[in-house]
Amino acid sequence: MRSGRFWAWVTFVLGACYFFIPLIATFEFSLRMKRGEYSFEAYKVVFGDPRFQATFTYSAVVAVLTIILGVLIVVPTAYWIRLRMPQLRPVVEFVTLLPLIIPAIVIVFGYIRMYGSSSPLPFLATARGTDALLVIGYATLALPYMYRAVDTGLRTIDVRTLTEAAQILGAGWTTIVARIILPNVLISVLSGAFLTFAIVIGEFTLASLLNRPAFGPYMQLIGANRAYEPAALAIIAFIITWGCMSVIQVLARFAPKSANQPN
Amino acid sequence: MQWLGVAPFFLFALLFLILPTLYLVVGAFQNAQGEYTLDNIAQLFLDASIRNSYWVSIKISFWSATLGAIFGLALAVAIVRGGLPSWVRSATMTFSGVASNFAGVPLAFAFLATLGRLGLVTILMRDLFGLNIYGMGFNILTSWGLIVVYLYFQIPLMIVIITPAIDGLKKEWGEAAATLGATTWQYWRMVVIPVLWPSFLGTVILLFANAFGAIATAYAFTGSSLSIVPIKLYAQMRGDVLHNPNLGYALAFGMIVITGIANVFYIWFRVRSERWLK
Amino acid sequence: MADTFLSIQNLRKSFGTTTVVQDFNLDVSTGEFVSFLGPSGCGKTTVLRMVAGFEQPSAGAISVGGKDVTRLKPNQRNIGMVFQAYALFPNLTVAQNVAFGLKVAGVPKAEMDKRVAEMLSLIKLPEFGDRYPYQLSGGQQQRVALARALAPRPKLLLLDEPLSALDAKVRVSLRDEIRSIQRNLGITTIFVTHDQEEALSISDRIVVMYGGKAEQVGTPYEIYNRPATKFVANFVGTLNVLEGVVSDASAGKVKVDTQEIVVGNKLNGSRNGDAVSLALRPEAIALGPRPGHDAELGGRISEVHFLGSVIRIRVGFGKGMISLDTFNNSSTPPPVVGDQASISFSSNDLLVLH
Repeated sequence: MRSGRFWAWVTFVLGACYFFIPLIATFEFSLRMKRGEYSFEAYKVVFGDPRFQATFTYSAVVAVLTIILGVLIVVPTAYWIRLRMPQLRPVVEFVTLLPLIIPAIVIVFGYIRMYGSSSPLPFLATARGTDALLVIGYATLALPYMYRAVDTGLRTIDVRTLTEAAQILGAGWTTIVARIILPNVLISVLSGAFLTFAIVIGEFTLASLLNRPAFGPYMQLIGANRAYEPAALAIIAFIITWGCMSVIQVLARFAPKSANQPN
Repeated sequence: MQWLGVAPFFLFALLFLILPTLYLVVGAFQNAQGEYTLDNIAQLFLDASIRNSYWVSIKISFWSATLGAIFGLALAVAIVRGGLPSWVRSATMTFSGVASNFAGVPLAFAFLATLGRLGLVTILMRDLFGLNIYGMGFNILTSWGLIVVYLYFQIPLMIVIITPAIDGLKKEWGEAAATLGATTWQYWRMVVIPVLWPSFLGTVILLFANAFGAIATAYAFTGSSLSIVPIKLYAQMRGDVLHNPNLGYALAFGMIVITGIANVFYIWFRVRSERWLK
Repeated sequence: MADTFLSIQNLRKSFGTTTVVQDFNLDVSTGEFVSFLGPSGCGKTTVLRMVAGFEQPSAGAISVGGKDVTRLKPNQRNIGMVFQAYALFPNLTVAQNVAFGLKVAGVPKAEMDKRVAEMLSLIKLPEFGDRYPYQLSGGQQQRVALARALAPRPKLLLLDEPLSALDAKVRVSLRDEIRSIQRNLGITTIFVTHDQEEALSISDRIVVMYGGKAEQVGTPYEIYNRPATKFVANFVGTLNVLEGVVSDASAGKVKVDTQEIVVGNKLNGSRNGDAVSLALRPEAIALGPRPGHDAELGGRISEVHFLGSVIRIRVGFGKGMISLDTFNNSSTPPPVVGDQASISFSSNDLLVLH
């Protein structure tokens, strides 16, 4: 296997080069703002830019709202399917795969056509309404990941027994979902949440076409007009994505192991 | 009464996923007066610039999928079977998770900083090797440049999907093949490649669909000048450049058909390979 | 005495500073069925893998059919191997799996098909040629694996715990099938298992292993009735052990608790006052005196389990406990817990463990 290991190292090193050189180059580029010396000037400019602060805050808030909406839609549904309607599982799973099949640009195109000022649900007539539609759109995009995360989490707890125990003690459905189910799948929900955050924070297509002041369009604007700040933004975006993924990895370590039941 | 529990989900899916899509699909078959017609679909094939944009999209998606799959497979085999230390595998898997989500606008910036006119690699090539790649005709802001950029999230996606399949190759198969007299190459040819083939092919198709629908990176790269279908659609949505809203629907419909068919194949291949590897 | 077909000499295997196999010597005759028996980690699978060629010995030699194969790669040794996890190729049908070794060797199609049909009827699955492994049960898959290993007509068959992954009932029927096929074909076979009942029931000889060494090599009868070491005695079959102290070495007397029994001349080398373990198989013990049983011990019945045709009785002696089985007798009721009882056995049947 000696030669096998050699080629394995060659492959790995070449791969590492392809993936790290752009990161190094971007970082180096972002330090070049002050002529002749390396400095963090580009970052200072970016962080000091009120538009950065505004759009980043906007996107962060939208991300949080998306997570909340996602949880509200996915957790009860996944729970209900597991508990009462397992025969619907393939249908629901197919629906959650649709956002991966239908490109985001097509989805937002549909929104623009369907929810304009003259439609029965005129989301686009107001700024707030459009914001709501943006959150909804992001929840749709994140649906596959959120559903899979929560479903995996539910698999490790005995949904039926927990529910029956809670019902005997007098709990109603809302209590059961909020106080019993959700805390037990919290790790999975948080994984889905961080993934959603990573997706939303830099998203461009929906935000741009719905004309919202989000971080994605801001980055694109800076990229069209400035030289060094985009590199700084790219590094910032990468660090955020990396941070979210790392949290998910850490959370995975706290996830409960599969319980011993047939499922 | 059970249906009440899943009603919110289906209502949400209906309002914000299914109906908007159907709206576009129906609109693709209508003209401005609301009558049904196949004209728009025909236009997709007849209009040279639309035809061209589909062609460019297919080209970019095909190459980024195929190359991404091959390189991804090579890396996956290297980390799973290459006899490398275990930190290599976990680091690669972690990084793949990050990189596959690092698509969009920042990715374009990163590659501009690398291989753009003032990019680090461009400058190093010039200063260290005397190679002026832009002088030689290289330009990152082209289809092939975009393909190279797309590999940044295609390769990790391939790694993440194919690694479990490679894990599923049992060590005993190789040993059994050896006791039956097979050389390593015969084992690969007769067992490994056929077993991995459905997963591999299915993932290539998934990568194709993934690239086809992507727009943010391309837009950040070249604005509207790179004529791929999503950008054409974007321009249409912004300003009706086609002077025919229904044609825009047809454009979207064409995208859905292509990504839809691709995903059907992907699911079919996945079901087949999972059945074997039980 | 049949010729030696497989010869393993002074085999040793170390990983770094740990030695997992040492001083392993074995000669296997043509057509013999030898089992390697031992607990997990005893080295039995390692020896098998060295014979197969998947591990290189740190020292020693292996020869098959007179030829030294120690340095040969696994695909050059012409052996058949069956794995615990079946290892059938999932993308090939049953027939294609069985034909694999033949295809690799370039056997012409007509002969290949004939051999495959032969093998499938040997394992009694003649209609299964077009099925895929995922459509078969565990027992069926293992039979196909056996057919696949035997199709290229190897001279040596190695089985690595082939029955461990199967249900109990399948295990019993399949082991008999394996043995009868092996006998039929007359192929030299090594069978690795941790299940002593398996090894005892089908082997010509057994190698009991522990800690990387062969503790004893012998026929099932020898291993069971004349275990060479304490480990073998404990591992193979159930054993009653009485702890005692030598009271009169010259007369062969041992004091167990408060009673004295004669063990005859089995006390080689022990002196008065030495602690000694006396072992007895349950079938050697009788309740009450018997002709031919020269040793007796008195105790109290502590447990009686009526299992139908068999009655399991446990008799206590001070600190010790003896298990024995007697057959149900419709005219004699079973003993009562708490009764005084005496057990008897022949001192010939005693094993003195050191």
